[in-house]
Amino acid sequence: MKKFGIKEVVATGIGTALFIVLTEVQIPLGIIPNTSMQPRAAVLAFLAAVFGPVVGGIIGLLGHALGDALFYGGVWWSWVFPDAIFGILVGLFAKSFEIKAGGFNRKKVVLFNVVQVVANAIAWIVVAPVLDILIYAEPAKKVFSQGVFAFVANIIIVGVLGSLLGLGYTKIGAKSSSLTKED
Amino acid sequence: MAKLLTYEQKDTWMDRLCGVTKLIYFLAWSITSMLTYDTRVLAVMLVLSLILFKISKTEWKQVGSIFKFIMFFLVINVLAIFIFAPDQGTKIYGTKHVLWQLSAHYPITAEQLFYELNIILKYFTIIPAVFIFVVTTNPSEFAASLNRIGISYNIGYAVAIALRYIPDVQDDFHKIKNAQEARGIEMSGKAKLMSRIKSTASIIFPLIFTSIGRIDTISNAMELRGYGKYKKRTWYMGRKLQRNDYLCIALVLGFAVVALVITYHDGSRFYNPFV
Repeated sequence: MKKFGIKEVVATGIGTALFIVLTEVQIPLGIIPNTSMQPRAAVLAFLAAVFGPVVGGIIGLLGHALGDALFYGGVWWSWVFPDAIFGILVGLFAKSFEIKAGGFNRKKVVLFNVVQVVANAIAWIVVAPVLDILIYAEPAKKVFSQGVFAFVANIIIVGVLGSLLGLGYTKIGAKSSSLTKED
Repeated sequence: MAKLLTYEQKDTWMDRLCGVTKLIYFLAWSITSMLTYDTRVLAVMLVLSLILFKISKTEWKQVGSIFKFIMFFLVINVLAIFIFAPDQGTKIYGTKHVLWQLSAHYPITAEQLFYELNIILKYFTIIPAVFIFVVTTNPSEFAASLNRIGISYNIGYAVAIALRYIPDVQDDFHKIKNAQEARGIEMSGKAKLMSRIKSTASIIFPLIFTSIGRIDTISNAMELRGYGKYKKRTWYMGRKLQRNDYLCIALVLGFAVVALVITYHDGSRFYNPFV
């Protein structure tokens, strides 16, 4: 996964496009403004877990920045970087998840969820509010409650949807990877 | 179907500028407006933004629906700041002029209104910049220009693919969504939270797997055509930086520096009219 080959280039491109399109799909949670459950977070986690930290980081950064610009006409930078960090952190463990190689079993699912919870915590409870305060001088109480909500929303959606995606893909991937190995 | 901002070719000098120039303008502009809370700087930026927006000949119908959407978020955000921290303005500006006592915990102060006015101004300085950048920049030309300023062509190519395939993926998404809805999957707010996650999954699964298939097809095609064989690539849509580009970049960066100097020269990002 060290090399940034053709597959990674294309995965970054298509992944970014996917992430941007899925900006449209939001499951609102209500009370806290501008936070809702975003299935795109699960897609980001999944793609990062399959293709590694570089792809994950770029999809998070580009996808969030472009998606915001194209859909909302404004880029909220303090929430763009946490997505990139989240992508990188999940991607760092891509090798141990073995999703592509068909080894994404129950133990790996647990690992995936531990990683995603920690990564989400770092991204949304630490980085996002701190950047909000540093860059936009927004009130701390507001941004931390937004951050906590984003964190909760993300761990649920990534935990459910991300794990299912990993399990689904590992089933298909198993056949193709065992084929190439026997060649 | 949500409408996206898209490029539209127009015969203006702005359209003919290199994509890199517009990217630099966009980044410098948003960073400046992000950092400054100086109302005077923001006001000047707002006027300049509107002038540039006028020059770009962008039409209302290109951006109108998105603009309304942003206004909706802006209102929610401004209200939320007031609800969570009605004394943020007092904290920042150090004085307290109560205009109207709403309730024991919610006085409306002049400082708070001024602080929130600054936030609204910030929104309004960035929105035209994003509109101009997205609406006047040809995506292919932009990707090519990225490479020209020294960014690895792999990244440039990834950006090009992303921009090129957004409409395709969006198309896939709507086909799948319609198909699943035709089979009776409830996608609206009527369903419960858990079942909404499940029904979202029933759209995202096929979408991801078609996309993974797409990744394989495209990367095979690129491999067959010898992508990545050489250290350099040439670009059909690439543009050279020309006189106008250098002029614009110099002006934009000059403006950003001056704006930040004015903002920070007295040691605070905030312009304080109360003392």
